Amino acid sequence: MCSWQGLDSAVTDANAQLDAIIAAHQGREGPLLPILHEVQRAFGCIPEDAIRHIAHALNLSRAEVSGVVGFYHDFRRAPEPLPVIKLCRAEACQARGSDALARWAEEAAAGRVAIETVYCLGLCSVGPSAMVGSEVHARLDPAALDQLIERAA
Amino acid sequence: MRLFVSDDAAAVACGADAVAARADALGAEVVRTSSWGLHWLEPLVEIETDDGRIGYGPVAAADVDALLAGELEQRRIGDIASHPFIRRQTRLTFARAGRTRPLSLDDYAATGGWAGLEQARAIGPEAIVQQVTTSGLRGRGGAGFPAGIKWETARRAAGPRKYIVCNADEGDSGTFADRMLMEGDPFCLIEGMAIAGLAVGADKGFVYIRSEYPHAIAKMEAAVRLCAHLVAPFEIEVRVGAGAYVCGEETSLLNSLEGKRGEVRVKPPLPAIEGLFGRPTVVNNVLTLAAVPWILANGGPAYADFGSGRSRGTMPVQLAGNIRHAGLFETAFGLTLGELVHDIGGGTASGRPVKAVQVGGPLGAYFPPSLFDTVLDYEAFAARDGLVGHAGIVVFDDTVDMARQARFAFEFCAAESCGKCTPCRLGSVRGYETMARVLAGEDAAANLALIEELCETMTFGSLCALGGLTPYPVLSAIRHFPEDFAR
Ligand SMILES: Cc1cc2nc3c(=O)[nH]c(=O)nc-3n(C[C@H](O)[C@H](O)[C@H](O)COP(=O)(O)O)c2cc1C
Ligand code: SF4
Ligand code: FES
Repeated sequence: MCSWQGLDSAVTDANAQLDAIIAAHQGREGPLLPILHEVQRAFGCIPEDAIRHIAHALNLSRAEVSGVVGFYHDFRRAPEPLPVIKLCRAEACQARGSDALARWAEEAAAGRVAIETVYCLGLCSVGPSAMVGSEVHARLDPAALDQLIERAA
Repeated sequence: MRLFVSDDAAAVACGADAVAARADALGAEVVRTSSWGLHWLEPLVEIETDDGRIGYGPVAAADVDALLAGELEQRRIGDIASHPFIRRQTRLTFARAGRTRPLSLDDYAATGGWAGLEQARAIGPEAIVQQVTTSGLRGRGGAGFPAGIKWETARRAAGPRKYIVCNADEGDSGTFADRMLMEGDPFCLIEGMAIAGLAVGADKGFVYIRSEYPHAIAKMEAAVRLCAHLVAPFEIEVRVGAGAYVCGEETSLLNSLEGKRGEVRVKPPLPAIEGLFGRPTVVNNVLTLAAVPWILANGGPAYADFGSGRSRGTMPVQLAGNIRHAGLFETAFGLTLGELVHDIGGGTASGRPVKAVQVGGPLGAYFPPSLFDTVLDYEAFAARDGLVGHAGIVVFDDTVDMARQARFAFEFCAAESCGKCTPCRLGSVRGYETMARVLAGEDAAANLALIEELCETMTFGSLCALGGLTPYPVLSAIRHFPEDFAR
């Protein structure tokens, strides 16, 4: 579970930050996704407390906000403790050997880095490709992937 | 010394930033441009000379010292504008690709930018729609619906508030033209949206970009700020998706913009009549909207002069997967699949024989070389149980196992289904399991019969094309490559 429970001061800070995020977007048309993106950027996930807060501010039920969080692959309810490499497993990268590369990645990562699957990064002409944060990498082979993993770990 | 290096994400993913940084450190003036789309040569570096720009590629950061010392002649490509891969194209939408700085308003204006919008302002809504209708432009996002008819519907719908929504969700594997356009020529898309706004009476636009495209998001946000005064009172907001393929479906996208789960809506009502927040909304793909400035500047009939059959104008084809000359190839409709794969694409990158080509993304059919006479044209592809879609062409060599590809089609559908209809939500899982049995050699004949039945249920019982067209890749794989299923 993703939460900022613990120190009272941390709770107050987090709440203030959350209020600021909500306030920054509340006037927009359809503010929920922009708010969720920013909450996740700030906290690494969408905490349960945030769902309650956002629901209240936008006049939605908690179930509605939870349903939205649950629908999209990007939103996490718990933070990912490991660094993440998103490896493309869609067709154009498959045609350039991404399946074998994924098996290699799991072994090389050895539990130190989370290897996540994404379907297409729009780099289908130069695959196999991967993304780390907002950094993009292409023409991956085992050696290049090893480097990425070691740098991320 | 002046160098040109692209800042397109494909170039960057191949190391273009490091190349630019090294050149800069060595005292060269580095200009970051859009990409020409010759991706097999990225990072491509052009050097300004008295005889014009001379291209070298691919160039790694470690090659830059040699390049600047004039010692990288083995990578010399020459003048890119006259490279056969460029010369054989008809670049209307991608006319600026490789030539301009993406966020330079000066470059944009100096290359004909805003001429379409100016014309649109001069002729007014009805005439704008008329130009788009006569151009024959059809939706480039997949379904190929005539843009003029959609615009006319929205124009006639009662206001006052209407929206232009640009679908930049580009989830199809093998496609990247939307990304390249947004990163390389963002003002062109904005101009197209502003023209659409004038045509239908909308003063607000949204660009919905998938979250996997951070570079495109940054470029579009910057471009929107830079040219706000030029398109006013039309206003644009960039919105970011959250990793759901189905949000590329237009009604799912609208739900997502409204802050809801990205479930597909039942049509009617059409979005053009009742779309975003229940208001008349034009939803168009990036390439559809980006074709519009050219059409307004040069006239609908000039655009319609290109093409084949009822597919008018040009299509930015994306050559992807295991293909030698991978990249962006904008051409009038009418080339054959074989010409695209072999003559232009140069066959496989691995040097092995081509076995299969998937056209139109994960919902598109697999074509064997025996069908390479199929012409790039919406109707010609449909006649062969395939689709042009967003015109991504993914090439596979003879090491591909088509039974695995068929299984993947189900796997993808199961992962991305919005869950609204049973044939899609459950059928995809059943299909995956059944195909896994075929792969394991368990009673292939009976299991394939089951899959045929399942596909029929999905085709006829699905609300949108995710469930409805997943049978395309599955059945085409079974039909054209039976040997891979006899296990
Ligand atoms: C599952 C699914 C995914 C789609 N993904 C996209 C997409 O990523 N981009 C797009 O422009 N259209 C996509 N479409 C098509 C849209 O629903 C719609 O037809 C299109 O945005 C209309 O614009 P156009 O007429 O300019 O093509 C998708 C459709 C389906 C069923
Ligand atoms: S076919 Fe699949 S993705 Fe489309 S509406 Fe039905 S469940 Fe949703
Ligand atoms: S399929 Fe991997 S980047 Fe498109």
